[in-house]
Amino acid sequence: MKSERLFQYFLKLGGVIILIVAIGIAATLIVGSIPTFKEFGLNFIFSSDWNPTEGRESYGALPFIIGTIATSILALALTFPFAFSIALFLGEYFKKGRMSSILKSMIDLLAGIPSVVYGLWGFYTIKPIVVELGLNAQGFGIFTSAFVLAIMIIPYASSISAEVINMVPSQLKEAAYSLGATRFEVVKNVIIPNAGSGIFAGFILAFGRAIGETMAVTMLIGNSNKIPSNLFDLGNTMASLIANQFGEAEGLKYTSLVAMGLLLFVITGILNLIGKMVMRKFTA
Amino acid sequence: MESTVLNKTDDRIIQIESPLLSIDRLSVSYGGNKFSITDVSAGIQKNKITAIMGPSGCGKSTLLRAINRMHELYPETHHKGSISLGGEDIYKINPIELRRKIGMVFQRPNPFPTMSIYDNVIAAYILNGIKLKRSEKDEIVERSLREVGLWDETKDALHKKGTFLSGGQQQRLCIARALAYTPEVILLDEPTSALDPIATAKIEDLLVKLKKDYTIILVTHNMGQAARISDHSMFMYLGELVEYGRTKNMFTTPKDERTEAYLTGKFG
Amino acid sequence: MNTTNSISNQKLKWRVFNDKLFSIVMMTLAFISAVPLLSILYQLVKKGYKQVRLSFFIEVAPDTMQAMMAKANHEIIPGGIANGIVGTLIIVGMASLIAIPLGLLTGVYLSESSKGKMANIVRFVVDMLQGVPSIVLGVIAYIWVVKPLTSGFSALAGSVALSIMMLPSIIRSTEETLKMIPPTLKEAALSLGVPYYKTILKVLLPTGMSGISTGIILGISRIAGETAPLMLTALGSSAINLDITQPSSAIPLLVWEFYNDPNLVNLIWGASLVLLLIIFLLNIVAKTISKKWKVQY
Ligand SMILES: Nc1ncnc2c1ncn2[C@@H]1O[C@H](COP(=O)(O)OP(=O)(O)OP(=O)(O)O)[C@@H](O)[C@H]1O
Ligand SMILES: [Mg+2]
Repeated sequence: MKSERLFQYFLKLGGVIILIVAIGIAATLIVGSIPTFKEFGLNFIFSSDWNPTEGRESYGALPFIIGTIATSILALALTFPFAFSIALFLGEYFKKGRMSSILKSMIDLLAGIPSVVYGLWGFYTIKPIVVELGLNAQGFGIFTSAFVLAIMIIPYASSISAEVINMVPSQLKEAAYSLGATRFEVVKNVIIPNAGSGIFAGFILAFGRAIGETMAVTMLIGNSNKIPSNLFDLGNTMASLIANQFGEAEGLKYTSLVAMGLLLFVITGILNLIGKMVMRKFTA
Repeated sequence: MESTVLNKTDDRIIQIESPLLSIDRLSVSYGGNKFSITDVSAGIQKNKITAIMGPSGCGKSTLLRAINRMHELYPETHHKGSISLGGEDIYKINPIELRRKIGMVFQRPNPFPTMSIYDNVIAAYILNGIKLKRSEKDEIVERSLREVGLWDETKDALHKKGTFLSGGQQQRLCIARALAYTPEVILLDEPTSALDPIATAKIEDLLVKLKKDYTIILVTHNMGQAARISDHSMFMYLGELVEYGRTKNMFTTPKDERTEAYLTGKFG
Repeated sequence: MNTTNSISNQKLKWRVFNDKLFSIVMMTLAFISAVPLLSILYQLVKKGYKQVRLSFFIEVAPDTMQAMMAKANHEIIPGGIANGIVGTLIIVGMASLIAIPLGLLTGVYLSESSKGKMANIVRFVVDMLQGVPSIVLGVIAYIWVVKPLTSGFSALAGSVALSIMMLPSIIRSTEETLKMIPPTLKEAALSLGVPYYKTILKVLLPTGMSGISTGIILGISRIAGETAPLMLTALGSSAINLDITQPSSAIPLLVWEFYNDPNLVNLIWGASLVLLLIIFLLNIVAKTISKKWKVQY
C-alpha cells in the first residue's frame, strides 16, 4: 500500500511542476521588470518616448501598446465576416458532407502554416499589392500586418464559434421553423441570441492570439517606434519590438523589454480568462 | 410487402367527408430507398382531435412532421404521394407560409430562452419580421395566453424569461406561441410525455377546449389520453397506417388484430 | 382580403429572397478564405520546389556572393538548409523529451483526480499557459537558460521555450483521452489485484495510446514552425551544430534570417515548403492515428 501512496505523490508531482513553471514565468517577468518600473513608474505604460540613446535613455511602451491594439482590432474586424460565415457554414448550414470536410481541411491547413511563412508570403504578395493600391509607399504598416493577421486568426475565431453554433439546441431551431421562420430568420433570432456569448468568447480568444502573434507582424509592420497616425502608417507591436530588440539589449532597455513581455503576458492572460469564463458559462 | 396492397376503402380506414387535410398515399424517406412511412392515406376532419398512436419508431412523428413539412429540415428526405390543406397541395405552398397555417408543439417544452414570456408568445411575428403596434401585440399576447389558461398566472411576469415557468406552464406557453399566429391546424408530438399528471390533465382539458377553433392532430403514447380526448384515432405499425376510425369504436372493437394487440398492451 | 394577401405575398417573396441572399453571401465569404491559402501554397511550390533536391538536405546555405552568382546565371541557388534541419530536429526532439514525460504525468494526474482543488488549479494554469504568447516564452527561456546555464544563446534554451509551448496540448489530450475510458475497465484491472500504478501503466495508457499520441504529434507540429522564441534563445547558426549548449539554426530561423535577402530568398521558399510539408505530414499522421487506432469501448 505504501507504493500506492508513493505513486499518488508521483502523479501529483506533475501538477506541482506545472504550477512551479507557471508561477516561475509570472515571477520571472515581474522581477525582471522591477528596474524599469522603479525608474519610470507608470510612465512606462503612458509615455510614448522610446529612446535608447545613452544618457537620455527613456522607455515608454505607449506606441507599442497602441500599435498592438490597432493591429489586432483591425485584424479582428477584417476576420469577422469570414470567420463568422465559416462558423455558420460548419455549425449550422452544412454540418456534414463533402463541402464541410473541404472547408474543415482548409481551416486546418490555415492553422498549420507557421507564422514566419505567413510573414514571407505577406512580404512578397500582400506588401506589393498594398504599394500598388497606393495605401502606403513601402507597403509596410498596421494595415498590411493586420491583413495577414486576419487570415492567421480565421481558424481560431471560426472553430470555437462553429462549435457553439452547433450546440444551439435543435429543438429551439425546430420551434422557430415550425413558426414559419426562414433559415436566415432562425440564424438572426435564434442562433445568434443563443450562441452570441460563445461566439464572443471565440473572438476574444482569437483577439488574444492576434495580440501575441510575432513573426508575421514583425516582418510587415515597418518597425517604427512612433505612435501610428493612421491605419496605413508604420508602427510596431509589443511582440515585434521584443523580437527585434531583445537580442542586443542590456540594462534598462533589457528590463523594459522584459516589462513589455509582462504586459503582453497580463493582457493575453486577461483576454484568455474572459474567453474561457464566457465559454464555461456557455457550456454549463 | 403484401400488407401494403391493402384496399384503402377497407373498413379499417374510415372515410372522412370533406376533410380539412387529406393525406394521399404518402411515403416519406429520410434518405435512400428506405421509407419510414409507406402509403399512408387518411382524411383529417376539421375541429376534431385526431390521435396518432403506435409503438416507438412506427413513424408517428414522421407523419406528423410531413404535414407541416418539418421533415424537410433533414436534407436527404424525400417523399411520394401528397397532402392537401383545404384542397391546396401543401408541397406547392412555400413551407414558411404553410407553417403559418399549421402550427406545431413539441415533446419537450421549448420556449426561446433568450426571449421573455411576452416575446415568446409573439415569437412568430418577431421571427418573421412582422412589425406590430404595441396595442396589437398586447392584444395577441393576452388572447393567446387566455386561450391556454396561462394569463392569470403570468400577467404580472410577462417580461420574465419563459424558462422560469414550470414544465407544464412552459408547454402551455409553447401552445400559446403556436396559437398566436392563428393557424388552422395544430400538430402536437407527445406534448405531455415530459409532464406530470396534473400538468398533463390541464393540457388535455385545454386541447378539448381548443378544438372548437382549431383542428388538432396529436401524437401520443398514452392510450388513456387518446381515449379521453380524441375523436378519431390512427394506429400505425412499422410505417403503415393499420387502422383509422372513431376513437370509441377503435377502443371497443378494433378491426385489426395488430391494433387489438397494441391496445391490450401485448406490444408497444 | 385580396390586398392583404398580395402584401403578404410580396413580403413572403422578400423574406425568401433575403434568406437565399444570406446563404449565398455566407457561403461565398466562407470559401474566400481559400484564396489566401491557395496563394500561399502556390507561391511556396512555384518558388520553392526547384530548390528541394539532395544538396538541399545535406549542405548549408551558401554565402551571399555565391547565391548572387547563381542568381545572375539563372541557376538554382547552391547549398541547402542542413543546418536548419539538424537544428530543428535537435531542438524539437529535446523539447519533446522534456514535455512528453511531464505532460503525460500531469495528464494522468488530472484525469485521476477529476475534482480536487489542486487539480482544478492545475487545469486553470494549463489553460493560461496555452494562451501565453510564444515570444514571452522566449523571454523566459532567455532568462532561465541563456543567461545562467549556457552563458549564451543555445539550442537547449530554445528547447525549453518550445517544451512549455507543447505542454498544454499534451496534458489536455492525455487527460481527455483517459477520462473517456470507461471506469469499468480500470475497476476490472483493480479487481484482478493489479496494483494501481500498473493499472495505469499497463491498462489505461495503452488503451488511450491513440488519443495521447495524437495530442503529442499535434503538439510537435505546433512547435515545429515556431520562430519567435527561437530568435531569443537558439539565435541561429550558419553551421551544423550538434552541441546543445551552443547557438543553433532551425528551419524557421533560416526563413527569418534570409527572407529579406534577394539573393537567398529562393532557398527560403524551398525551406518554407519543406517546413510546411513536415507540419502537414505530422497533422495527417495525427489524424490517421486518431481515426485508425481508435479503441472501441
Ligand atoms: N432524422 C432521421 N433520419 C433517419 N431516420 C429517421 C430520422 N428520424 C426518424 N427516423 C426513422 O424513421 C422511423 C420512424 O421514426 P419516427 O420518429 O417517426 O417514429 P415515432 O413513431 O415517432 O417513434 P417515437 O414513438 O419513438 O417517437 C424510425 O425507424 C426512425 O429510425
Ligand atoms: Mg416520435
